[in-house]
Amino acid sequence: MGMIENIIIILYLATLGYLGFVGYKQTKNSSDYLIAGGNTHPFVMALSYGATFISTAAIVGFGGVAAWLGNSLLWLTFCNIFIGVFIAFVFLGNPTRKMGIRLNAHTFPELLGKRFDSKFIQMFGGGLIAFFMPLYAAAVLIGGTQFIVAYFQTDYHMALLVFSIIITGYVLAGGLKGVMLTDALQGVIMFVAMIALLVMVFSAVGGMDAGFEKLTTVWEKTVAPLANVDMKSLKPGSPDFMMKLSMSWGFSGWDNMPAFLSQGWLFVITTITMGVGIGVLAQPQLVVRFMTVKSKNELNRAVLIGGIFIIAMTGIVFIVGSLTNVWYYEFNEGKNALQSAGSVSKVIPHFINMAMPKWFAFIFLFALISAAMSTLSSQFHTMGTAIGRDLFEQMGFKNINSTLVTRIGVVLMIVISVALAYVFDKQPAIIARSTSIFFALCASIFLPTYFGGLFWKRMTKAGAIASMVVGTIVTSFWLLFVHFQEAKELGVCKALFGVNSLLSGKIIFVDAMIVALPLSILTAIVVSLMSKPESEKLIAKCFGND
Amino acid sequence: MGSLDLGVSLAFWLMIASAVLCVVYGALNWNKDKEEPVLNTASWDADEDKINEEL
Repeated sequence: MGMIENIIIILYLATLGYLGFVGYKQTKNSSDYLIAGGNTHPFVMALSYGATFISTAAIVGFGGVAAWLGNSLLWLTFCNIFIGVFIAFVFLGNPTRKMGIRLNAHTFPELLGKRFDSKFIQMFGGGLIAFFMPLYAAAVLIGGTQFIVAYFQTDYHMALLVFSIIITGYVLAGGLKGVMLTDALQGVIMFVAMIALLVMVFSAVGGMDAGFEKLTTVWEKTVAPLANVDMKSLKPGSPDFMMKLSMSWGFSGWDNMPAFLSQGWLFVITTITMGVGIGVLAQPQLVVRFMTVKSKNELNRAVLIGGIFIIAMTGIVFIVGSLTNVWYYEFNEGKNALQSAGSVSKVIPHFINMAMPKWFAFIFLFALISAAMSTLSSQFHTMGTAIGRDLFEQMGFKNINSTLVTRIGVVLMIVISVALAYVFDKQPAIIARSTSIFFALCASIFLPTYFGGLFWKRMTKAGAIASMVVGTIVTSFWLLFVHFQEAKELGVCKALFGVNSLLSGKIIFVDAMIVALPLSILTAIVVSLMSKPESEKLIAKCFGND
Repeated sequence: MGSLDLGVSLAFWLMIASAVLCVVYGALNWNKDKEEPVLNTASWDADEDKINEEL
């Protein structure tokens, strides 16, 4: 690297260190961190939220899927903004905040448990989070590790080990308190980096319109010839195998939606778009955020900044993801993105390192790693409190040190997440898939109880428990015995019945949430109406004068 | 944008429209809903501090 690049990097690290120190000195308690004593500018606050929510899973994982499957992923950005920001902040944020404060709830399972006066709901929710959330944490870990591998040209497992040690130190040394100013700085850098990335890519491919048009040519030159190739002659998971797979799933170009109700359409719409887009509403770490703002005013302001931030993150990275095919075709010997990078998860890190200036790649790397660390801190915090507060405290172990249990829980969750990241990195599109699975699980299991708890006073404890149990059973059954990818990978169906899936045809491409969520909602309604209403005292405690 | 098919074009414009909706909503409500005296957050804040200190 040249002198200017070194100076930029040193200045960046110095600024980060200074802001971190200032933020740490100003942060005396969690209220200071979460609402910054009520004095922080909403711009800083919203960007710190954004930097925490958008992780390497979104940028590296789903950006890579956009390079593979094209611009149909923009449906996910629409859902991210409309459902994940607008619906969540405008309609769910304030009711959640008020109920959380009234009930003195500090975790998502605790909010549900206290709303229905049920220890079982809190423990069940905590247990599910501890069991399933490592899958999502592993996705974030893999995304960050892939970028380190691409930048430093090092071994994946070595990079994962180093990244994991840094994360563990960060979390255990007080990373949970966080420092809002550095989070906001990362948000600003990510925002600027994404805009710069878009400008550079448009400039390189001749603009947006020209870039999209060239995608058609690149598809014709690099993917269409695979139509005559036998799938069995291709190595499973190889770039050409993945592109051939996308053709057999109904994709005909990066600018087109896959054929209606084809396997590809079901994957993009039910798993990627609806699974993540709807699942975001029941994310435990997101719901808790609503309880930590000072007033509805902060939520109003966060809508504006959040909307812009999300379109600048996922909107740009998905468009850039698909356009990487044009860039590689023109600047890398006529290959498409997957052929150049090697796999879905490697496209964005590989592209940033190949196509962008070295100093830009470094800044991007640090911003991505920081975003991953913010998200991972939040995830491990959620998993730790799920084990300590929602499980062990509710089990009534009075003589056990719950703080120790929580800390052990955090370390255990880190170990499990790292182990999953170690085992799963070779799986095709694993970052996007495991993120989608976790989001869909949360929707199927928690969403009816969460919505009913907030907006339907007639919903009962029995209805909530039945809904959560049905959501869990149906989702687990679908993943273990039906879904084309997960049922095959998990192998339980094969071991018990000798087949990869109990069903056949296109239905095995339908995401578990599409089946489980309606059943879970129906169960909540029917069982609630059949059971005795909750006491007026409990309803008054939950809803106040609302 | 002519090369995008109807489904992708729809996603693109809905994405833009939803971002505009967020901006308009946030701008119109920028200074609204500041005071909610019915809620006492002191006890919640104190408990949250305790949990994070323990962690």
